Amino acid sequence: MALEPLLNVRGISKSFNHNKVLKNVSFSLEKGKILGLVGENGAGKSTLMNILFGMTVIHETGGYEGTISIEGKKVRFASPFDALEAGIGMVHQEFSLIPGFTVTENIVLNRESTKYNFLVEAYGDRMKTLDREDMDRRSREAIGKLKVGLDPALAVSELPVGYKQFTEIAREIDKENTKILVLDEPTATLTESEAEILLDTMKRLAALGISIIFISHRLQEIMDVCDKIIVLRDGEVVDDTTPGETNIMSIATSMVGRDITTAFAGKGTRGRNLGEVILRVEHLWVDMPGETVRDVSFQVREREIFGIGGLAGQGKLGITNGIMGMFPAGGSVFFREEPIRLNDPTSPLEAGISAVYEDRRGVGLLMEEPISWNIIFTALQMQERFLKPILGGLVRIRDESEITRSARNYIDMLNIKCLSENQRVQDLSGGNQQKVCLAKAFETKPRLLFVSEPTRGIDVGAKRMVLEALRKYNEEYGTTIVMVSSELEELRSICDRIAIIDSGRIAGTLPASAPSRDFGVLMLGIDGREKKVV
Amino acid sequence: MGGIRKFIENAGWPRIIIGLFLFSLFIIAPFVRVRIDASVSDTLVRFGMNGVMVLAMVPMIVSGCGLNFGLPLGIIAGLLGAVTSIEIGIPGIPGVLIAMAISLPIAVVLGWGYGLLLNRVKGSEMMIATYVGFSSVAFMCIMWLVLPYKSSNMVWGYAGKGLRTTIAVEGFWHQAISDIGSFSIGQFFYVPTGMFLFFALLCGFMWVFMRTRTGTAMTTVGSNPEYARASGVNIDRMRTLSVILSTVLGAIGIIVYQQSFGFVQLYMGPFYMAFPAVSAILIGGASVHRASILNVIIGTFLFQGILTMTPSVINSMIQTDMSEVIRIIVSNGMILYALTRTVKVKP
Repeated sequence: MALEPLLNVRGISKSFNHNKVLKNVSFSLEKGKILGLVGENGAGKSTLMNILFGMTVIHETGGYEGTISIEGKKVRFASPFDALEAGIGMVHQEFSLIPGFTVTENIVLNRESTKYNFLVEAYGDRMKTLDREDMDRRSREAIGKLKVGLDPALAVSELPVGYKQFTEIAREIDKENTKILVLDEPTATLTESEAEILLDTMKRLAALGISIIFISHRLQEIMDVCDKIIVLRDGEVVDDTTPGETNIMSIATSMVGRDITTAFAGKGTRGRNLGEVILRVEHLWVDMPGETVRDVSFQVREREIFGIGGLAGQGKLGITNGIMGMFPAGGSVFFREEPIRLNDPTSPLEAGISAVYEDRRGVGLLMEEPISWNIIFTALQMQERFLKPILGGLVRIRDESEITRSARNYIDMLNIKCLSENQRVQDLSGGNQQKVCLAKAFETKPRLLFVSEPTRGIDVGAKRMVLEALRKYNEEYGTTIVMVSSELEELRSICDRIAIIDSGRIAGTLPASAPSRDFGVLMLGIDGREKKVV
Repeated sequence: MGGIRKFIENAGWPRIIIGLFLFSLFIIAPFVRVRIDASVSDTLVRFGMNGVMVLAMVPMIVSGCGLNFGLPLGIIAGLLGAVTSIEIGIPGIPGVLIAMAISLPIAVVLGWGYGLLLNRVKGSEMMIATYVGFSSVAFMCIMWLVLPYKSSNMVWGYAGKGLRTTIAVEGFWHQAISDIGSFSIGQFFYVPTGMFLFFALLCGFMWVFMRTRTGTAMTTVGSNPEYARASGVNIDRMRTLSVILSTVLGAIGIIVYQQSFGFVQLYMGPFYMAFPAVSAILIGGASVHRASILNVIIGTFLFQGILTMTPSVINSMIQTDMSEVIRIIVSNGMILYALTRTVKVKP
């Protein structure tokens, strides 16, 4: 090609603490084209965009390898200001608008049109007054390019979510030199009709010569508007294609289709000796912020390992929290045909259900207390174990020697690296903290164990330990396990069946041996809307 | 050398500095003609008088309700018990026991309401507690006048009704607890054995309580409420229980204080009572959400020791009587010091 592409990214690699999140990523983007960027959570999309936008977090963690050039010139942004200067605009998932200001004020923020007055002579440019008329003209012009009916005089706090998104985009357009616009999941918070307007707008902007990088989980949108599609998986570009050459199914496959043998030795479809239905969940809803569960029904059999997967924010974490009584919930849950009282954390615990929560520091651990306390507390509280009578049986106090014995037992069993059982949990590494959480759940001798994101934020070795401990526990004690995880391959490696949650509902339940592209289809919610593809 | 460093680390610099300062005051005392035996005796008596009220801080701190600036509420319960006991007029140990028995249910009810209030203002307990203390004192200023006490030992002489600001317990149960097994050496050295035993008994009770299932749950609620909830603990109930316990200990504490001091101080008497107790436990090494019985004992001793020794020694050094001024400067200065020490451990 004779013409140099507008944006050329070559061989980008980035690691956080020896953990490679981007491996030799290369792509290019021509003027006035739309690039779709897709990938699972944690595939490296955000890191890539942070590098492109010169976020300081990248420098603080040791910079990156590879080169980025814009219009043929090599650039290396030290801060987002440099990126803005070079013509990159970014619209984040979270809005960065000032709620009390009007649309106009937000659009021209810090680039206001100003008028001269005599004070400028004395105090400099800071004393210039705002040229409201010109600001209004500019915001109308920017909104005009979007072709949406947005009143520039309205306060942002009064706008519906979709219009806030448009305000952000208008702000980026108003910057005279914006050449590249990055939209990070702009449609996630929009209704379908709003999303359509946004997609139209994107096409129009592209026609005006602005290049767009569009990140979305909704593959149909990607197929509709993009000129080019990049699929990231585990920090690598696994597919660089165009909508004409591919279809949703093959994108879904390349997104999730990791080689199963690399995860860790799968157990195969050996004859598992499962019992009766032990847990029955009917029409469960949970009001957990960011993880709303709308209507979920499923059954788990005794000794089964049941997986719950899905993309972030679809509600998979809400299920555990709802059943365990941590967030307001409704519907009915039966354990061994006995009803579990929702919204009451003691009810599931009494029935013999324990949970390892995804929020280790917030819910899972007493950071300032010793390991031993963390492990035995639930058992002490709910089952009144680890107590010994004193004063002739008048009161019962903690049996410290029994507590120490139990803690040491788990430290050996799970290989928790620590100085002693009296070490405070906050001094442990993430993986060892997770093992303490597991030990706490194991110590309650549960019949059913919920495990949420057990391997989030821990290194590969600890990951393996944790998964092996779970499977061993399941095999030795016949404990039923419900495991919630964002990592599909992890679920597939130990679960019997896996349910995929989408928009707070179960999109489908498949045996773990089903091909990964089937899971991908369920995860991306293309099953309902795009029947014809399947 | 390693041993010394470890000791310093465990004790913490503030305690070592204050301890050395207190020690140096005892050394200087004889040279400025302050009797050392009287000073030590004074310190011991004050330690016993205030110990229980400092202990009252512990339950609320461990349950995450912060420092009990609302201690006056418990003190009011204790005062009600004390004046009612005097009204009944039974002297000696039975009199003290009656005072405690009457104040106990009052403290439980007041503490329960106070606990419910604090559960509604999670995160800013200490400020609300301060106002609970102040406003309850103000409210009681009316009640002391209105309540139908008749004993001529207590009411205003000219009106024949309304309680006086200061009521002597002399002739009822002055030093009733202190004098159990107490002894004196010479004219100036007196050891209130009974008061120490009583304080030790309450400390023992607290030590055991903190190791029971309920006490463990209380500590956990203070350490991480969400963790406690996930383990099936009712957070609000634990917090309320801790507030009730603090209030009850406050009530008992003031009765111990009065029987040794010899006077019941009504009206504005309880107004600033929380502050010495708060600063004592902070100086003892407690933080806003962590406290042990050892913190109580060390803190009370250091704080009351400084409070006793500084005015007398400095007075003798500068030859004028400004003990009250010095006492205020020292005690508030120590609160300020202790609170600035704790800021960094706040979450």
